[in-house]
Amino acid sequence: MTENDVSSRGLSGLDQSRLDRSRLDQSRFDQSNLDLETPEKPYLDSNELIINMGPQHPATHGVLRVILKLDGEKVLGTECVIGYLHRGVEKIAENRTYAMFNPYVDRMDYVAAVSNGLGYCEAVEKLLNVEAPARAKYIRVILTELNRIASHQLWLGTHALDIGAMTPLFYTFRDREEILKIFERYCGARLTTHAFRIGGCQYETYAGFEKEVKNFLTFFAPKIDEYEALLTTNRIWLERTKNVGVISAADAIALGVTGPVLRASGVKWDLRKAQPYAAYADFDFEIPIGENGDTYDRYLVRMVEMRQSMRIIEQAVNGIPEGPIMGKVPKVIKPPVGEIYHSIEAPKGELGYFIVSDGSTQPYRIRVRPPSFVNLQALDIMVRGLLVADVVAVIGTLDIVLGEVDR
Amino acid sequence: MAEDVKTPAPPPPPEGEKKPTAEKAIPPAQGAAVPSAAEKPPAPAAPKAPTAEKPGAPAAKPAAPAKPAGPVPMPWTSPMVEKYTSQYGSGLEAQTYLGQNYFSVDCSLIPDILRLLRDDDQFDYCVDITAVHYPKREKQFDVLWILYSFPRNERIRVKTQIADGASIPSSVSIWATANWLEREVYDMFGITFDGHPDLKRILLPDGWKGHPLRKDYGILQQDQEWVQINLGIESGQ
Repeated sequence: MTENDVSSRGLSGLDQSRLDRSRLDQSRFDQSNLDLETPEKPYLDSNELIINMGPQHPATHGVLRVILKLDGEKVLGTECVIGYLHRGVEKIAENRTYAMFNPYVDRMDYVAAVSNGLGYCEAVEKLLNVEAPARAKYIRVILTELNRIASHQLWLGTHALDIGAMTPLFYTFRDREEILKIFERYCGARLTTHAFRIGGCQYETYAGFEKEVKNFLTFFAPKIDEYEALLTTNRIWLERTKNVGVISAADAIALGVTGPVLRASGVKWDLRKAQPYAAYADFDFEIPIGENGDTYDRYLVRMVEMRQSMRIIEQAVNGIPEGPIMGKVPKVIKPPVGEIYHSIEAPKGELGYFIVSDGSTQPYRIRVRPPSFVNLQALDIMVRGLLVADVVAVIGTLDIVLGEVDR
Repeated sequence: MAEDVKTPAPPPPPEGEKKPTAEKAIPPAQGAAVPSAAEKPPAPAAPKAPTAEKPGAPAAKPAAPAKPAGPVPMPWTSPMVEKYTSQYGSGLEAQTYLGQNYFSVDCSLIPDILRLLRDDDQFDYCVDITAVHYPKREKQFDVLWILYSFPRNERIRVKTQIADGASIPSSVSIWATANWLEREVYDMFGITFDGHPDLKRILLPDGWKGHPLRKDYGILQQDQEWVQINLGIESGQ
């Protein structure tokens, strides 16, 4: 493929030097251990076409730019260009105290801010060698699982909208509102909640918290059925998601993919069970898995996960113990010299924090292991050989948040 | 914001006193357990001193002597560790801290050990690759692999030290996920990985100069030239 091919196909208006830099080189995709194969024969035209999708594209959920190498409408390969939302969170962390950095983590995966906060607070607690009291752990579990539901709702609404079903968006946003109201009454914020503090929780539950959470559960149970009635057996939904974006368990593990994407490929692995944190060891719940690793299975897995989250919330809110909500944490947080890695099962996968302390009030280094970033890497092998419209479906099914990809 | 502005500036004189106290406080804790660990802790403490903010300073001094009470890295023993130590001897050291196990490995052994960990010991999932910069140390960078094994439900870290400008063998052929993770380490620290299929920046633009997670890169610093040419504005501040 030469420059002339591109200009003859009506792309001459593009800046040639930029096009050249971003040109896809086939050898780049030779990842022999993944058993990737490019389609043998072009089926429409012998000329390959390179087009840009994004960064300003409604289906890229933010500012993701995907360079697509196409044969007609068939995808031969992709390259993701990311970093448009890079704010240098890890650098900011080195210039803040441990407590000051806490609100920043909410701004990575902003649709699951509570999970981000939980992972960070628990990592620092581990480094300090303190533990949050039981009551705080239960409050954390309730809010984190509510947030998981909210995150999956947002995923479902936008993913279905990308594929062409508009109604689920209104349904999920309507119901998500109820969760955000609970967050707002608990800590004053709806999205970037900063709900937890290092050592426990800042706020005691408000009067009627438990009742409101229980009300939400009774309100929400029929709503999931409503979503499923719209989609699960919908002919168009099946056609658009079955056998689309398949990833095998072996490829998913090699690519470090975690969360519902990994589970839909048949790997029964969830950090809440494998290495329980907070109070998850106390609760009874199932890990849903898929069989085919396609977009439809990932949809089913997340639907079941919402129901399982409701089970966890119900157990937690019924068994919430009395007691303090803040552990014995010094006013000035100065963890001893050392390193720690702690990770949690965020709605999108394994969210890890690697913290290096030099004994001062500021972290020497904080590395965030973002699930969206790692999962996005699998986009390329998932969309090869599919049509352009399927790329939109696969980006949706990966459930990425660009704030977390770029940090 | 006033604190940020100070950071890139040279350290104010009072910080000079802080450094020795911080260094003195640490070796009793670390050195007692594992002699070799004593080399490392002073390094993280020393470079931090210039960036430490004044509000933290008064609290820092009284708190420092209390620290030795904290946990210290202990030797980590297990059948797996014995296998590796008998094979590689002094090039490898196994420790555990707060219940988390890690290998400190000589840089030359890295490709062998990573491959053995995946093939023989089932560490099939590479969770993360990252680095830490210690500018005062001779070998300035710690490079870390965080590994997890699904069959064993076990997590370990492998870390090594490399000098500024030195390169390290890529592990993309061991775990495909290393591709983007190594690109990010290169982008943020300037560490190059030999054998990486496409080592280029990932989060910052291609033409950017500098590697922001190095300690000598100030928090307000940026590539002014790039900003002016590509964004058409005087400064990104």
